[in-house]
Amino acid sequence: MDHIIYLDNAATTRTSQSVLEAMLPYFSENYGNASSIYSLGAKSKEAINRSRETIAATLGAKPEEIYFTAGGSESDNWALKATAEAYRTKGNHIITSKIEHHAILHTCEYLEKQGFEVSYIDVDENGVIKLDQLEKAIRPETILISVMFANNEIGTIQPIKEIGEIAKKHDVLFHTDAVQAFGQVPINVDELHIDMLSSSGHKICGPKGIGFLYIRKGVKIRSFVHGGAQERKRRAGTENVPGIVGYGKAAEEAVATMPERTAKEIELRDYLIDRILKEIPYTRLNGHRTKRLPNNANFSFQFIEGESLLIMLDMKGICGSSGSACTSGSLDPSHVLLAIGLPHEIAHGSLRLTLGAETTKEEIDYVIEQVKEIVERLRSMSPLYEDFVRKNQGIQK
Amino acid sequence: MYSEKVMDHFQNPRNVGEIENASGVGTVGNAKCGDIMRIYLDINDDGIIQDVKFKTFGCGAAVATSSMATEMVKGKSVQEALQVTNKAVMEALDGLPPVKVHCSLLAEEAIHAALWDYAEKKGIRIEGLAKPKSDIHEGEEAEEY
Repeated sequence: MDHIIYLDNAATTRTSQSVLEAMLPYFSENYGNASSIYSLGAKSKEAINRSRETIAATLGAKPEEIYFTAGGSESDNWALKATAEAYRTKGNHIITSKIEHHAILHTCEYLEKQGFEVSYIDVDENGVIKLDQLEKAIRPETILISVMFANNEIGTIQPIKEIGEIAKKHDVLFHTDAVQAFGQVPINVDELHIDMLSSSGHKICGPKGIGFLYIRKGVKIRSFVHGGAQERKRRAGTENVPGIVGYGKAAEEAVATMPERTAKEIELRDYLIDRILKEIPYTRLNGHRTKRLPNNANFSFQFIEGESLLIMLDMKGICGSSGSACTSGSLDPSHVLLAIGLPHEIAHGSLRLTLGAETTKEEIDYVIEQVKEIVERLRSMSPLYEDFVRKNQGIQK
Repeated sequence: MYSEKVMDHFQNPRNVGEIENASGVGTVGNAKCGDIMRIYLDINDDGIIQDVKFKTFGCGAAVATSSMATEMVKGKSVQEALQVTNKAVMEALDGLPPVKVHCSLLAEEAIHAALWDYAEKKGIRIEGLAKPKSDIHEGEEAEEY
């Protein structure tokens, strides 16, 4: 192929041309501070309001319930820490899942050090949270349930409505990290009983460094960044106007093109999954077969290691990611793959490919051929595969 | 992230394969951590390593250090091979990222494990060689899911 094949859209996306064009005037023309009284500042203020309204409308929320942040991690941190602080008099117990993003898990660990108790709910082999276990974990002191909308690694979409109903029934706040789901699947905060929702701009062809936290009216939540009166005094700091404008544009486009775009992605995704599983032996699909993000495919290739696979794919111009230890910066493979019950050696051999609106069938065909060759080559070098073949020959004799 | 030499040894690994009836075989590491190296040695009656092959399950650095280590012991005497340290392998590769240093240790251990196996089979003692600690048994980690 004569161009890079980018199949890591869950990591980040290319900022779309229309988003970029919408942002550009807010750097050097309409650069006013939104808090200023003169008309140059008012232009920024209006632009922020338009974005806020656009985003609120996509969720069935009110504009004043959208708070811009610097991204998904900040939104997650804010939702958990500020809720914990505000509701401490009610209780000190938080419920989450074992497959959350580290922005949630590490914040929970921090809160545990501050005296909070956290229940980490199991998921089944497809990565779906165990609802009965979740409901049983609720105690009088439970103040918050935080479960991600869709998993970033294996793509499994959680039963958000059911979780929302459980939370509502027990009068517990419900936060969802929707960084991977926003703009990919329809979300209505009222229908799903969501009290707080985190999202990030760069996952939907918007810019990096911008996100929002939806906070339902009536939820007591403290300011996360103290300072000026921006974001209804809850998140101080001069607004990232170009970022907010770009995010609004990206959200508008993502929601408007969703049915058509995701239908195409699902078709390509299923084609990729079917061919890889059929044509490469000793391979499994991670995550739920159908209840998964339209653009996510995650495989484990037995007997090989993920980083080697990624480097070889990179040499062929293909960008993907893996949950192997060598790509996580620790000695353990991905906590998500371990939580769905994979043995370590199989978790090390994972490959995540996440499609985008621009992905073509021609690219997918090329990727399948390259993955086949690389897996075969790495297996021919693998002592695990050698042992496996010997063992099988022994059985046949 | 990796030096040109590491990338070269990863892309074109030297001495990949197996040796039938090898004089010594050593397997170290474990699948839990994501690195397993196996080294086969063919040692002649004069104690010279005539041939060496390897198989590795692991990251780019693990493959490259295995490849480099096999190059460094090929044609050497048993005593000379014992002197091939992880530091020497790393230097020959123009260095490794800090998180990958353990891969070079594994290469040194794999050679020692293969030499230990050779000494046991021959019923000899190799001066300066201790029993390898992380040797695993064949097939132990290769369970099907």
